[in-house]
Parts: sequence; structure tokens; C-alpha cells
Amino acid sequence: MSFVSLLWVLLLGSLLGLELIGKVPPTLHTPLMSGANAISGITMLAALTLIVKAEGNVPLLIIGSVSLGFALFNVVGGFFVTDRMLSMFSRKPSNKK
Amino acid sequence: MNLPVIIKFVIDLLAVLLLALGIKGLSKVKSARDANRLAAFAMSLSVVGLLSYYLGTSGIAIQSWIWIIIGSIIGSLFGAILAKKVPMTSMPETVALFNGCGGMSSLLVALGVAIFPISGGQENFDFFKSLINEVSISVSIFVGAITFTGSIVAMAKLQGWLSTPGWTQSKVRHFVNIVFAVASLIAFFDLINGNTSSIWLLVIFSSFLGIGVTLPIGGADMPVVISLLNSYSGIAAAAAGFVVDSQLLIVAGAMVGAAGLILTQVMCKGMNRSLVSVLFGGSLSAQSTVSSGSGEYTNITSCSVEECALTLEAANKVIIVPGYGLAVAQAQHTLREVTKKLEQNGIDVVYAIHPVAGRMPGHMNVLLAEADVPYEQLKEMDVVNPDFPATDVVLVLGANDVVNPQAKNDSSSPLYGMPVLDVQEARTVFVIKRGMSAGYSGIKNDLFDLPNTSMVFGDAKKVLNELIGELKDLGVGEK
Repeated sequence: MSFVSLLWVLLLGSLLGLELIGKVPPTLHTPLMSGANAISGITMLAALTLIVKAEGNVPLLIIGSVSLGFALFNVVGGFFVTDRMLSMFSRKPSNKK
Repeated sequence: MNLPVIIKFVIDLLAVLLLALGIKGLSKVKSARDANRLAAFAMSLSVVGLLSYYLGTSGIAIQSWIWIIIGSIIGSLFGAILAKKVPMTSMPETVALFNGCGGMSSLLVALGVAIFPISGGQENFDFFKSLINEVSISVSIFVGAITFTGSIVAMAKLQGWLSTPGWTQSKVRHFVNIVFAVASLIAFFDLINGNTSSIWLLVIFSSFLGIGVTLPIGGADMPVVISLLNSYSGIAAAAAGFVVDSQLLIVAGAMVGAAGLILTQVMCKGMNRSLVSVLFGGSLSAQSTVSSGSGEYTNITSCSVEECALTLEAANKVIIVPGYGLAVAQAQHTLREVTKKLEQNGIDVVYAIHPVAGRMPGHMNVLLAEADVPYEQLKEMDVVNPDFPATDVVLVLGANDVVNPQAKNDSSSPLYGMPVLDVQEARTVFVIKRGMSAGYSGIKNDLFDLPNTSMVFGDAKKVLNELIGELKDLGVGEK
């Protein structure tokens, strides 16, 4: 990928993010923040790349592995906690009966 | 293009699409839960895509698999356990912690690549490309470090592990932070120049900058900071995407970065604060002591829990205004018991939710949902404000600045212009509060002086428990 096309990707991604969040009810701000936060753990892909390309370089393998751990902590924890919050909203209708 | 490249391209495209749909879906109550799962699925898909690409091209060594599995298991396990165990009231700190770890991950990737350049890219090595590489590594380290230390400080402050040191409220902190910022910038450019040893200086100074910027910020402004740091972690991820040449990382990082920025803006608007004043103004109480000094309460009516119960029993329509204090007292379940009793007596009960009620926008909704309050009873400010004149009783629990009529009436007030709930329009207002201390802004609340306002002094949970007893004595809700 050339640098210029990566810049395009950056630009379009930012615009997409701005557009997507346009109208969010305040109720969902906290879950949204937490969900978006989980997505930012996408750096796990960079950590994976690092490990795969380490080619037996042990210090690099360790750095990659620790980085992967931090990223997955963010991703797994983030999605679970968001789900927990949202489950409190969605269980309401069944309770009313 | 060979097959693995095509497969990865298709999977990446699909993952981006699903992530975008996920963020979109998270903005509607009905679809939010599915959207969250969709985003989680997209993330796992992207991992599958990446791994299958390497399996199909260079292959993955056994040694790499071992480290991948170790890292994944430890990270996922701790994340899952924390997510299951943490109480709903500490949600802001939890998000801050997760966020900080995301920043740390980007920082480590950039460090790893900087210290041990990844092989393979050497053939088409040219000056321009290496410059871009150096810049993206530096950005990733800079933003990643700030995100990490900033989030950890934010978490520690929200948990009460750290208080605001006195010197951080003076001008000294600007000087200190400028020194850190300049030092980071020097290290930044030195690193881009090819001086690899300055990478550690960059790590150290940007870490200190993260601490120095976050430490002076008052507890109530913390959600804004967390939201901003969340945006930073997206930027850090995008920068890491440039480092390892991954479009998926750049798109996802940019989306989170942009979305976080919008969310931060929304929060600032709700609190009538500008981002600049949150970041550089210190805590609001420090600035406003002069203007609020004039306010002495002259006409405070205090009343007993019994009177409050009697008035509630006779009401037709009751609006509850929950605030930060309710969350601190963890009284949302007790509150729910009170409102259940009132509802059983045929009284119309709704909850008025100010955009920044609780410790984060939407936090109060989560807390009330946890206490089984039906979602339909939660009304947003703009919806509920016209209803106050037709309301018999308003119960203000641990909210203060968001019900201050000064924001509408007094143009000299620091609160002027902030959107507030017009509780004073109701026939009777009960304010349940520990004492006469001011809200987080440190500003006198004119509401307390109004003739239709009565103060019920005491801890929110204790008062609500007494209220349940009184209502029981009156036979409310026992049909």
C-alpha cells in the first residue's frame, strides 16, 4: 500500500466515524464509549503481525505477546462490559409481564 | 494478486463494514446489544483474516504460535474476569483502564518495531518510506504513552486512590506540562532524524505529559477526559496501522478517534464547558469562588421524611431527578423500591435524566436500568422539561447544578447557558441532600431558596429507606 492511499484510508475512516456518531441518545453514551473503546483494541492485529514477523527474535516475541495481551484485555473486557450494560436495557420488556 | 491476499482483502472489507454497522447500531437502544456483538464478531473475523493470510503466505512459526496463545489467554482472561466482576457504579474507571491498556498495546508495537525493525520491507527501502515509518512510530509511541498514563491517572482519581495535589491547581502546572511537551517534541524530532536512542526519552516524557495533563483535572470533568483519551487510543491504533501497514487498523482507529472526539464534544456541551477549559482550566470551583461568594442562603425550608411521604402520597405525578450523589450512595435500588410503591398507588412516576447525570453521560441510565427501572420511564431533559408545570412533586436526589435555575435567570452566573431541568416549575420540590454544601461547580443553587422547595437532609440511601417505612405506614402500595 502506498503512503498516499493509506492517508486516504485514514481520511475516509475519520469521516465515517464522524458520520456514524451523529445522533446518539445520551442513554447510550456510556455503552457507546465502552464499545468504541473495545474496537480501539484493534491494535491486537499489529501485535499479531509483530509476533508472526519476529522470526525467532525472543525479545520481540515477548514485546509482541505482552502487547497482544494488553490489546485483548481491552477488546475482550470492553465487549463483555458493554454487553453487560446493554443487557440491563434489553431485559426490561420481559420483566414487565 | 494471489489467493491469500484476495481472501484477506475480502475479510478486511467485511470487517470494516461490520465494525461501521456495529458503531451505527450502538447508537440505537433496540439494536445496541446486537451491534456490540456484531462488532465483537468483526474483530474476531479480522484476526482470522490476518492469521489465514500469514498461514497462506509466509507461514507462522511454532514459536510465534506459542507466544500468540500465551498473550491471548492471559489478556482475554483478565479482561473477561474484570468485565464480569466490576460493579456498574465503577464503569468510568473500568473504561479508563481498558482504554489505557489499548494505548499501551500501540506503544509496545511501535517500540518493538523501532528496536527490532521488521524484516521484509528492506527491498523497497527508500528515504520517503523510512521517514513515514519513523513518523508513524513516533506518533504511535507519543499518543500511546499519553493514553496509557492519562487513563491510569484518570482511573486512580475516580477510584479515590489519587487526589488532586495542590500545586497542580496553580500556574506551575502549565510550566511543568510545557516543559514535558517541549521535551517530548524534541525527542520526537530527534527520533524521526534517525537517532534511535531518543526513543526512551520520548516514552518517558510523553508518559509524564499524560500524567501532568490529567492530574489537575477535577473528578467531575473526568468523563470528558476519558472520552478524549478513548479518542486518543483510536489515533494510537491508526498510527500503529501505519507502522505495520494495515488499512484495517487505520480505518478502525480513525473511526474510534473521530467518534470519540464527537462524544467528547457532546459531553462538554452538556456540562456547559469547553474542551479547552476542561483541559487547561483546572477544577471549576477554583475559578468561581469569587463569583459565588456573594450567595448566602436566606430562605431554606427543611422538612422531615414524614412530610415528604405525606406529600408524595397525595401526588398524581412525580418526577425523580437522580444525580451523581445517588450513584455515590449506591441508592438506586432503594429508590426503585420507593417508586414501585408509588406506582402501585397509581401515581405517575418518571425519571428526568440530565445529559450529564451520573459520572458519564448515560451512566445514570445504566445504573437505573440495573435497578430494574423500566426504560420507558427514563425521560431526557428536552422531553421532560415541558412536563414540570403539571407535576405535583419533584424529588431531587444527589443532583445539584443540573437543577440550578441560575443557569437560565442569572447571566452573571458561571452556569449561565447550561441546559438545566426546570424543576422549580413543579408544585413542590424536595431536595434530598447531606448538607448545604455546593455542587461540583461550587456555585450557590437558587433552587434551594425558593418557597416551593423543601430540603430533606441526610444520606440519600438512609432517607429513601426511611421514606419506604413512612410510605408503608401510610398504606401506600399495599393493595
